[in-house]
Amino acid sequence: MNRVVDVLVVGAGPAGLAAAARLAAAGAGRVEVLERERAAGGVPRYCGHPGFGADRRGRPLDGPAYARLALRAALRSGAVVRTGVSATGWAGPLTLDVTAPTGLERIRAHAVVLATGARERPRSARLVPGTRPAGVLTTGELLRTAGTFEGERGVLRERIGRRAVVVGGEPVARHAVGALRAAGVEVAAVMTELPRTAQGFGAVPVLTRTSVVELLGRGRLTGVAVRGRDGRTSVLRCDTVVFTGDWIPDHELARARGLAPAPGTRGPVTDSAYRTAEPGVFAAGNLLRGVEPAQVAAAEGRAAAGSVLGLLAGRACPAAGVPVLTAGPLRWVTPGLLGPAPAVPLLVRPDRRLVRPLLTVTQDGSPLRRERLRGEQAPWRSVRLGPEWTSGVDPAGGPVIVGTEEYAP
Amino acid sequence: MTVTRTGPLPTGPEAEYDVVVVGAGVVGCAIARALARHPLRVALVEAASDVGDGTSKANTAILHTGFDAAPGTLEARMVREGHRLLGAFASEAGIPVEPLGALLVAWDEQQRAALPRLAEKAERNGHLATRLLSADELRAREPHLGPGALAGLAVPGESVICPWTTTLAYATQAVRSGVDLHLDCRVEKVRTGDPWHRLVTRRGALRTRHLVNACGLHADAFDALLDRRDFTVTPRRGQLLVFDKFARDLVRHILLPVPGPLGKGVLVSPTVYGNVMLGPTAEDLDDKTATGTTAEGLAGLREQGGRIVPALLDEEVTAVYAGLRAATGQEDYRCTAHPALRYVTVGGIRSTGLSASLALAEHVLGLLADCGLDPGPERPLAPVRMPNLGEAFRRPYRDAELIARDPEFGMIVCHCERVTRGEIRAAYASEIPPAGPDGLRRRTRARGGRCQGHFCGAEVRALSESYGKGAR
Ligand SMILES: Cc1cc2nc3c(=O)[nH]c(=O)nc-3n(C[C@H](O)[C@H](O)[C@H](O)COP(=O)(O)OP(=O)(O)OC[C@H]3O[C@@H](n4cnc5c(N)ncnc54)[C@H](O)[C@@H]3O)c2cc1C
Repeated sequence: MNRVVDVLVVGAGPAGLAAAARLAAAGAGRVEVLERERAAGGVPRYCGHPGFGADRRGRPLDGPAYARLALRAALRSGAVVRTGVSATGWAGPLTLDVTAPTGLERIRAHAVVLATGARERPRSARLVPGTRPAGVLTTGELLRTAGTFEGERGVLRERIGRRAVVVGGEPVARHAVGALRAAGVEVAAVMTELPRTAQGFGAVPVLTRTSVVELLGRGRLTGVAVRGRDGRTSVLRCDTVVFTGDWIPDHELARARGLAPAPGTRGPVTDSAYRTAEPGVFAAGNLLRGVEPAQVAAAEGRAAAGSVLGLLAGRACPAAGVPVLTAGPLRWVTPGLLGPAPAVPLLVRPDRRLVRPLLTVTQDGSPLRRERLRGEQAPWRSVRLGPEWTSGVDPAGGPVIVGTEEYAP
Repeated sequence: MTVTRTGPLPTGPEAEYDVVVVGAGVVGCAIARALARHPLRVALVEAASDVGDGTSKANTAILHTGFDAAPGTLEARMVREGHRLLGAFASEAGIPVEPLGALLVAWDEQQRAALPRLAEKAERNGHLATRLLSADELRAREPHLGPGALAGLAVPGESVICPWTTTLAYATQAVRSGVDLHLDCRVEKVRTGDPWHRLVTRRGALRTRHLVNACGLHADAFDALLDRRDFTVTPRRGQLLVFDKFARDLVRHILLPVPGPLGKGVLVSPTVYGNVMLGPTAEDLDDKTATGTTAEGLAGLREQGGRIVPALLDEEVTAVYAGLRAATGQEDYRCTAHPALRYVTVGGIRSTGLSASLALAEHVLGLLADCGLDPGPERPLAPVRMPNLGEAFRRPYRDAELIARDPEFGMIVCHCERVTRGEIRAAYASEIPPAGPDGLRRRTRARGGRCQGHFCGAEVRALSESYGKGAR
């Protein structure tokens, strides 16, 4: 079946739903959101803890509540949200092939917003050696397992395990620990190669500067061999290991359209208007660079919607700007292309812990901005660099370089 | 038609067979299928809970032509014939095969000098279509090859195949044609006798007139149960890396190393699932269960792969695994008829067993005749058509008619590999249902993609639990 819509949004997470809500409310015509999972909402659906802002009356929201509100907002403004529907590839420019229980479709749109999110690298992508036993998970699979089998008390522990090791020291590791304990699984240790972890692991032993060297066990995991800070290898007995963090954008559709992943983020390169190199195709949310808080992704979705409205109003222009690159201990920066307008903040991710760093932005050797950050910056949290200075970017100049000088007292 | 996994084995006449084949790897399954063409009572007995759970599930998945076998050996003949037989069977049974052809790439003068000799060897093996390629011709065919490739040898006919579907297709056809399959049933003792041998397992005993040892890595141990000590199997580990489907466009042919004094080297090859495989290592071990990967092994592979196709290393790794080849210290198979024991050993099926399997099955029928088996007249086998896992052919999620008939084939559950609910249901409803998540992955690819279950693991599990309940 061939159909035409005004805007096709792929992915009904915070970014996709926020984009759809704004577009539909602004009268963009038929705005259709495709979601391959059985329900809309994206990652927050599986996060049963607060940290998702507050509702209108100021009550804190947990993930599922946030997801419900985001969906309701999109539906109220007139967007169509279809679940259990997968965009599987491109049939041509702005035209996607879709598989649904109702059959195959080929949907052409005036604009496409990719908001397909991110995933954690599994054990194999991290090249962790050893056997291939059962009991090796990512946080994503753990949380989804808890969600899928919730309500069947006791059986959840059967399905997960008795004793787990959590790999990674980022906040997401804390959620893994929380989910394991809620299911009645003992957490033997949290371990990370980093010198420090996020806070809040309670009584669980935290092993820093420690790496997994081998998974052990046939059939079922029996332990992980780890190398500690003293260089010695020991075995932690466990039947479950959860690999957390280490996000990579789920960029399949973007790449399938020839949008190469940026070296730092592994997401498609966009300009400050969320345009990709493919005319009419926009990208927003965690697809751009891995996980940020839901509200950051949603704000990007809304901003991308603004650009889509510009396109629909006939202000079509290709992605523009000079490349933005990082130097020094910074892992990535978005957007990947920067012009003098629109003015958007940069999101910069440290590669390691930085103490009172000085962020520097230069173009062709001349400084555009210097900003001293307070306190410590952790590698799992992005730094926001306000946009006031972006009007100084020379669109005909060389790349904009974001670097850092550490505080030396 | 019986498949058992638990509970006591049948007793009385139900447990009496003309032939029992021990070991349900690709070779054992092929033998059972060949026997099923005759009016015989046949059982296929396997220690693991699934067919193809040994070496047959963890190899490089190439349907070899046999161009580089040692001329005149049994292996050379079996691979050559097997290539033809399996090619034909694959199209009949719906096993995905892609005849990409191989390129042997020479990276130094010594390897370049070896190419004409390899072409000549291929000719002696009946492969007349090889062609020497200059560096430019090589680069035109493989634009992503790393710098320094000097020359090449093109070997048409070398193909990639799905090893899991192959083994399962043999077993399914055998079972449909009347063979009993007993899984989770290790043969621990053999009491030889006349006219019956008695096979003892933890689930009971079976009696058989003729016996076939297709135990792969354990063929020497099984021989010992009958007091035969003709050879020792040394496991030779092969570690492999499977790269993301985005790497598929980097490689057009099976890129083979030129064997030299420094060993066999590693290959870079597309897979029928649309990935790219790099490996295998070759490590002689003592432990027949050592199917783990090692940090050194994986690092070495990446280093070698990076020289062959540098852009490969920019792609994510989807899977890492290792398989064990059954080496016996001799450059040929060890297939022997023991007429006095009415017993055939199919041993030392090294790194070519998948390719040779159908020819080996015919060969074993001959060896059984030498042991006094009269197979009787031939009859046609029950037809099989396997679910397609190959990216080069239409998958259910793109099949409009199938989805119209059954909407569950339009419900994608495993998003990375595009596996639908309908396929998972069908796997559990098949003759030989999966015994667990690994078996399901081999039948459908569910959970086998880049996310390794991050997105789909929980739902695949929930579906397996509900469909699996009805399974035998
Ligand atoms: C790294 C690697 C790459 C390879 N690449 C290729 C390739 O590209 N092309 C190719 O053609 N070949 C390849 N091979 C070789 C091919 O995989 C093997 O030759 C083939 O799998 C051998 O099949 P099999 O049935 O003999 O052994 P297996 O697959 O090991 O089967 C033997 C079975 O016997 C069972 N068994 C053992 N003892 C008992 C007992 N007492 N009772 C009951 N059951 C028992 C085992 O559980 C096992 O399931 C490769 C091998 C490796 C390791």
